[in-house]
Amino acid sequence: MALLSVKNLGIQFGGLRAVDEFNLEIEKGELYGLIGPNGAGKTTVFNMLTGVYKPTAGEIVLDGKNITGKKQIEINKLGVARTFQNIRLFSQMSVLDNVKAGLHNQYKYSTISGIFRIPTYFKTEKKMNDRALELLRVFDLQDEADFLASNLPYGKQRKLEIARALATNPKLLLLDEPAAGMNPNETAELMDTIKFVRKEFDMTILLIEHDMRLVSGICEKLTVLNFGKVLAQGKTSEVLSNPEVITAYLGE
Amino acid sequence: MDFLSYLVSGISLGSIYALIALGYTMVYGIAKMLNFAHGDIIMVGGYVIFTLCTTMGMPTPVGIIGSVLVCTILGVVIERVAYKPLRKATSLAVLITAIGVSYFLQNAALLIFGSGTKSFTSVVSIPALHLFDGALVISGETIVTIIVSVIIMVVLSLFINKTKPGRAMLAVSEDRGAAQLMGVNVNGTITLTFAIGSALAAIAGALLCSAYPALSPTTGAMPGIKAFTAAVFGGIGSIPGAMIGGILLGVIENLSKGYISTQLSDTIVFCVLIIVLLVKPTGLFGKKIDEKV
Amino acid sequence: MAEKTKKLKLSTKSNLLTYAMLLVFFVVMQSLIATDSISNKLNGLLVPICIYSILAVSLNLVVGILGDLSLGHAGFMCVGAYASAFFSVSSADIIPQDWLRFLIALILGGVVAAFFGLLIGIPVLRLKGDYLAIVTLAFGEIIKNIVNLLYVGIDSKGLHISMESSQALGLEADGRMLIKGALGITGTPKDSTFLISFILLLITVVVALNLINSRTGRAVMAIRDNRIAAESIGINVTKYKLVVFMISAFFAGIAGVLYSHNLSSLTATSKNFGYNMSITILVFVVLGGIGSTRGSIIAAAVLTALPEYLRSLNDYRMLIYSIVLILLMLANNNERLNVFKEKISITNFLRNRKKGNTLDKEAKS
Repeated sequence: MALLSVKNLGIQFGGLRAVDEFNLEIEKGELYGLIGPNGAGKTTVFNMLTGVYKPTAGEIVLDGKNITGKKQIEINKLGVARTFQNIRLFSQMSVLDNVKAGLHNQYKYSTISGIFRIPTYFKTEKKMNDRALELLRVFDLQDEADFLASNLPYGKQRKLEIARALATNPKLLLLDEPAAGMNPNETAELMDTIKFVRKEFDMTILLIEHDMRLVSGICEKLTVLNFGKVLAQGKTSEVLSNPEVITAYLGE
Repeated sequence: MDFLSYLVSGISLGSIYALIALGYTMVYGIAKMLNFAHGDIIMVGGYVIFTLCTTMGMPTPVGIIGSVLVCTILGVVIERVAYKPLRKATSLAVLITAIGVSYFLQNAALLIFGSGTKSFTSVVSIPALHLFDGALVISGETIVTIIVSVIIMVVLSLFINKTKPGRAMLAVSEDRGAAQLMGVNVNGTITLTFAIGSALAAIAGALLCSAYPALSPTTGAMPGIKAFTAAVFGGIGSIPGAMIGGILLGVIENLSKGYISTQLSDTIVFCVLIIVLLVKPTGLFGKKIDEKV
Repeated sequence: MAEKTKKLKLSTKSNLLTYAMLLVFFVVMQSLIATDSISNKLNGLLVPICIYSILAVSLNLVVGILGDLSLGHAGFMCVGAYASAFFSVSSADIIPQDWLRFLIALILGGVVAAFFGLLIGIPVLRLKGDYLAIVTLAFGEIIKNIVNLLYVGIDSKGLHISMESSQALGLEADGRMLIKGALGITGTPKDSTFLISFILLLITVVVALNLINSRTGRAVMAIRDNRIAAESIGINVTKYKLVVFMISAFFAGIAGVLYSHNLSSLTATSKNFGYNMSITILVFVVLGGIGSTRGSIIAAAVLTALPEYLRSLNDYRMLIYSIVLILLMLANNNERLNVFKEKISITNFLRNRKKGNTLDKEAKS
């Protein structure tokens, strides 16, 4: 059974069908790419998958559970984590605290234990610290743990966002244009990191990307979205040689 | 008949709130700041008329023109000195500065005129209207207030929608950056907004003090808060919202004074505000802006 | 593991500095009192300084940590003051031990205020920015207006409550007025001492700092910095907003208890419980540096004491205060001054010294 199964998903804003009849099957462990021209509705799909928007049609099933129309918090708890196209870090918090915020539902103690500093507080905080540093080390961010997130250079902010998403211990990781604004060196490094994350965490990843080198370099399967509809779907090499896809990207 | 009488005086009071609220809402729309000192401009306007007419014995029109002039200049000076350097600061910093300006105006008035209440001579000299064999009496102040407010609102709407500077104001409130790129003089537009808002406050001050002839350094504070409430009620940033919000607020206040309790009228006004915002979180005419993800 | 200890030390050091500052203040004041060399003026200021510091620290939780603008903090203080004063006046005969009565009054004032915090927290969840500000302001005014209309008396038949007048209560001859409308509550025992006020300030600070440096605090600050991202990592925005509003209101209530038990007669005017007071507390928080507990206390203490020491200037006092306020805000937002401040900031000093950190704000922006 597929980890993520999306059937006939659609959303309407006023009279506009932003996404229509969207289908997607992702198997566990796959690295899947969602591509398409600007305004095709890729981020809208992400927003429906993560509960930012409520779909007006279709259903989303994650690991056998129907998550259609559930709230962001619930969907995250059920195992979907994401990054954002325009980076959304907790800018006035330290790098370490950003990841620890991601661990919020993994290691728990009550507000009261936090205020009165009972032993649980110290034990759990230590576990959280250790785990957060482990995650930071994956992205080579351990030396910046004390920095304010907003003081990190751009590329590292993108990495921190992935680390924070991973901290929620997801089954499915959604990356919204992870290479946006990166130079070729940084992109190459990011590709390695994504591959590493997938292997290390045994993660299933769905990513939106414009950088074709990244997409063809790491994604096994692709879905191409155009004007809110699926244009092509399948193995990366086949999709990218599809004449319709080439037209959609390069124009007539 | 009681009802009509409460309603008419409510509309009159509401018109004054609306004039003040217009200043709040225009400044908010364009400079994205809550000008807490706006209410105190009313008080300054009141004192100018008092000084010119009562102390110096000049004719009423001179007093009103003088008051509008002084308030307009004051509004522009405040904007230049206290708010302009804070264009890039957080809204909270600007809010606190505006509060500082409000304290400044109140205490300056306290030093110059003392804390005692001055009795204000009405600027209106037309007689009251007796209707239904004297069952309904509408004071001259009420009539003038309503007429003046209607004229101002019509002129202001025409100005904003039909003239170049007016449309520049709309453009700046929509998107300051884009307006600047299109060649709109943003700083000039903001100054103009403060000037118009302060002039309206001066007129509101003259009308308010005529209807409630007690002038003190804190005269502007409560009407200012009420007008702010009215602006939010109508949807802050929206000009029709400020007009309708102001009038509704005045009517609600006066009806509750008449039928429920004088002391509870403010409480009722604030409760209505909270309920309206719970149903429509951005006020009656406010635009709902969803954050783009 | 080295990084972890560094991080812990950073926030802990800043907190220790705050505690040290409080302790020095307490020791100096206590020794002045013990040697009888304290001026009457300063002696009278000690309890108010603690009260306003508690208010500032608790408001900072909402404004600085949660990032919501509240203009109704004085309303919670008012609720705490009235609830506790009412309790103390009416239970004076029933509970003879002063300390026990005051302890119950404190808890009662805090809990009732926290309940109101929950009440106002619910609409807050739907509102943002300036809309929220006006609702909190309206809430504070409603509270103030209602307590001014409240008449409560007691006689052999029990409690009588009216919103009209003392006559409307219909008290019997042996009856006693407890709350007299605009005249408020009189005869509240003067239980607020410097020692108790200071201990409560210390508790407030401990709770605030522990809260900020905990799982809850991180969740709250995450909501402040980016609500959508916070939801995307499974943080319950509703719950944590309400938690902060309640805790903040609880301590405002405690401050209210101290306030009412520092005066023999309690009335609600626009000066002490109206939006003017809410704004004064907000000024403490903003001038102290939004989000900084230590700054809130310093600003509250200095700005509470300053006007008293400027009494000789009479009418010019508030004028000077307003000018200073405007100039401070302008200076605070002056870019050149800010670069200078960054250089002398204590927290940054700790941060940079620990790390040998060369990458600072200027490099990025």
